[in-house]
Amino acid sequence: MTGSLHIDWTRCDGRGLCTELLATLLTRDDWGYPISRRGDGIRGEVPIAPGHEEAAREAVILCPKLALTLRPPAKSS
Amino acid sequence: MNEAAWAVGRVSGFVALFLFTGSVLLGIASRSGRPVFGLPRFSVTLLHRNVALLGTVFLALHVGTLLLDPLARLNPIDLLVPFLGAFRPFWQGLGTVALDLVLAVVITAFLRHRIGQRAFKAAHWFTYVAWPVALAHAVGNGTNGTDKLFLVSAAASVAAVAGAVLWRLSPTFLETARARQSLAGEERPR
Repeated sequence: MTGSLHIDWTRCDGRGLCTELLATLLTRDDWGYPISRRGDGIRGEVPIAPGHEEAAREAVILCPKLALTLRPPAKSS
Repeated sequence: MNEAAWAVGRVSGFVALFLFTGSVLLGIASRSGRPVFGLPRFSVTLLHRNVALLGTVFLALHVGTLLLDPLARLNPIDLLVPFLGAFRPFWQGLGTVALDLVLAVVITAFLRHRIGQRAFKAAHWFTYVAWPVALAHAVGNGTNGTDKLFLVSAAASVAAVAGAVLWRLSPTFLETARARQSLAGEERPR
């Protein structure tokens, strides 16, 4: 795993750019907000599958509400 | 040489205004969260940005060539302080106001990730002042600003932008407006 995409729900407005850029990782709920396709874990913490790092960076840069940040992989302790 | 600077100065001003009109429309479209012309949302955002930047390049060309042109008698101070111009100072001053507002919008857009959403957005509202001011500058200051062809296209631009602003203010502007309105009063799922 190569880290995760953190969604700040206080900022997210469900504009749908991230769900287009990361269509294999994210889908939209009925109100347009992003949800992880894997459907497990914390909703605001989307694991970035290998090969999607660049798209995740694009999503962070282009998010119109600055609601996304990249988080490094959690260390197993 | 002077003829060229004069010609480029005038045409580039027109092109810049045309591109900024497109950018305002694309910006409003991207704000709605909808795909436009079959383009995905992130493409609409990028197109909005790139058309605006191209407009800024033509704006720099417009101002730069007229600085060199002896006929326009533009001084460097005119880039910062409005209404000091030698030729039609009021209408030229509107150009100065629009230029400075555009620079503020572009610089804050580049720094969006550093200065934060609130400051970026606050400066971005300036576009709604800069665009009509730039259009007034073109009509009042442009050598062909009151030509019938230009006035017709200016009126069409005003109609397009006004229509987009009305759409922007309508309750169903957001792509997700209907879905969210039907849920009014209920808690948003997490």
